[in-house]
Amino acid sequence: MGDKRLDQKLPPRRRAWDLTLRLLICACAAVTALLVAALIAYILLRGLPGVTWQLISSQESYLNNTIGILPSILNTLYIIVAALVIVLPLGVGAAVYLTEYASSRRLVRVIEFTTETLAGIPSIIYGLVGMMFFCQLLRLKTSLLAGALTLVIMILPTIVRTTQESLKTVPESYREGALGLGATKWYMIRTIILPSSIDGIVTGCILAIGRIVGESAALLFTAGLGLKLLGNFFEAMGGSGATLSVALYIYAMERGKFEVAFAVAAVLMLIVLVINFAAKVLGKRLKNKL
Amino acid sequence: MKAKKFVEKLMNAVFFFCGILAVGCVLLITVYMVASGLPAIREIGLGKFLFGQVWASTAKEPRFGILPFILTSVYGTAGATLLGVPVGLLTAVFLSKVAPKKLADRVRPAVDLLAGIPSVVYGLIGVSVLVPFIAKVFGLPKGTSLLAAMLVLSVMILPSIISVSETALRAVPPEYEEASLALGATPTETIFKVSIPAAKSGIAAGVVLGIGRAIGEAMAVMMVAGNVANMPALFDSVTFLTTAISKEMSYSSGLQRQALFSIALILFLFIMVINVVLNVALKGGKKGEK
Repeated sequence: MGDKRLDQKLPPRRRAWDLTLRLLICACAAVTALLVAALIAYILLRGLPGVTWQLISSQESYLNNTIGILPSILNTLYIIVAALVIVLPLGVGAAVYLTEYASSRRLVRVIEFTTETLAGIPSIIYGLVGMMFFCQLLRLKTSLLAGALTLVIMILPTIVRTTQESLKTVPESYREGALGLGATKWYMIRTIILPSSIDGIVTGCILAIGRIVGESAALLFTAGLGLKLLGNFFEAMGGSGATLSVALYIYAMERGKFEVAFAVAAVLMLIVLVINFAAKVLGKRLKNKL
Repeated sequence: MKAKKFVEKLMNAVFFFCGILAVGCVLLITVYMVASGLPAIREIGLGKFLFGQVWASTAKEPRFGILPFILTSVYGTAGATLLGVPVGLLTAVFLSKVAPKKLADRVRPAVDLLAGIPSVVYGLIGVSVLVPFIAKVFGLPKGTSLLAAMLVLSVMILPSIISVSETALRAVPPEYEEASLALGATPTETIFKVSIPAAKSGIAAGVVLGIGRAIGEAMAVMMVAGNVANMPALFDSVTFLTTAISKEMSYSSGLQRQALFSIALILFLFIMVINVVLNVALKGGKKGEK
């Protein structure tokens, strides 16, 4: 919104001050942008050379003295699948309740406040409560299932919020039309509301996957630190295993193998890039619908 | 017809259950935190626990004073906020008021990407680049320090500050800015004297959100802060509230383990206060806009 001619009429001190602040704004934005670029470039440049086929397709072997992160890749996938399968019905259900069913405004406010609160609780606390509740009280021990259940609580707010947003974009006339034609409420939700808000639900899933992939503190005490292959999905659920982020921590801090850690970081970075891209494309589709 | 009615009632109940699930989770977490955190505080004594300056959990005569952790968390968060807020706020100003739309659309995804980078990756870069750098520049034997943690945290809180502040700045009614421009203020003066004050509650919410992130962060800080229970000093190895828990949890037992849960309770209280403040700030913002 600059107008050069106006600026030049200003007294010199005011003009200098104006210019300094403007420069400062641009400098800060440049710092942020450069920081992002430098971080990503550094991780990829230092990590990608270490990402070999052997690394991503095998498990660690002391006999051959080789390192492989296949178990961690599988553990990450398993936890994502397990957590999403559990959280999706719950989160979408909660959003449907908030937008379609709830009649008491006070209750809605309480639920929204607690959902926000959940989003603000640090992951280390989720880890502790998950350890006490799932691992000890429910006797799941340190296992992928316990980790997935802990993450379910953690990503619930993400799913609720994004689903709620897209439910709000479904025009009121759809609802009135369906109900007017004699559909019951559940039939209307099943056939009209949910299908037209599928974009938002998928966006929520993608964001949730992003959080799961990056999570480590909540998984340390619930899913454990195992680096061995755990077998198929159902066998793995009962075993203790590290996801990629946790494996990165183990390699960097407990084994001192920074090159492996950077290779894992590069893999994580690629996943994050893909996730961000996918979320953006979907977000755009959602906006176009509006 | 009866079956239909039954299904309706059933689904109503199912959705209600999903809706109050978040409330249940928050209650569960609160109950667990309080129930597991209180015994040790009662045994050690609240004063001794909160204001004791020595943490020697594995000594023959163990002492459990968490003042070093509390102060480290407070200083670390304050430092990160002091560094992160100006940069984040001005970047938000750049994105919402200064940059041409095309450039802003390029920079914004980069900021989102910053939010998506897993905390262990921040920790890894911190420990392999930043920590040696600090050691070299300041001539320290080891670079793991409060300073390193502050720097890492200040980058990690940038995305929350930027995205919330940007939303708030965009919500400022254009008439305010037009009026200021028409009265002869330059665009930059308008930003600092009109736009930012008008968006202050939204910006405050972003800052509080960032503070919450910083105080709850565990893994990245654990990797760069050195984890010695010193009273905080900029160049010393320090332990945060979060890292005190995660560092000892795996091998703790008895009173030591209970004391760790008490630390978690203190952390939880911090977060709850921050959440309430955040809620008030956001509500204030909504009222201000009307």
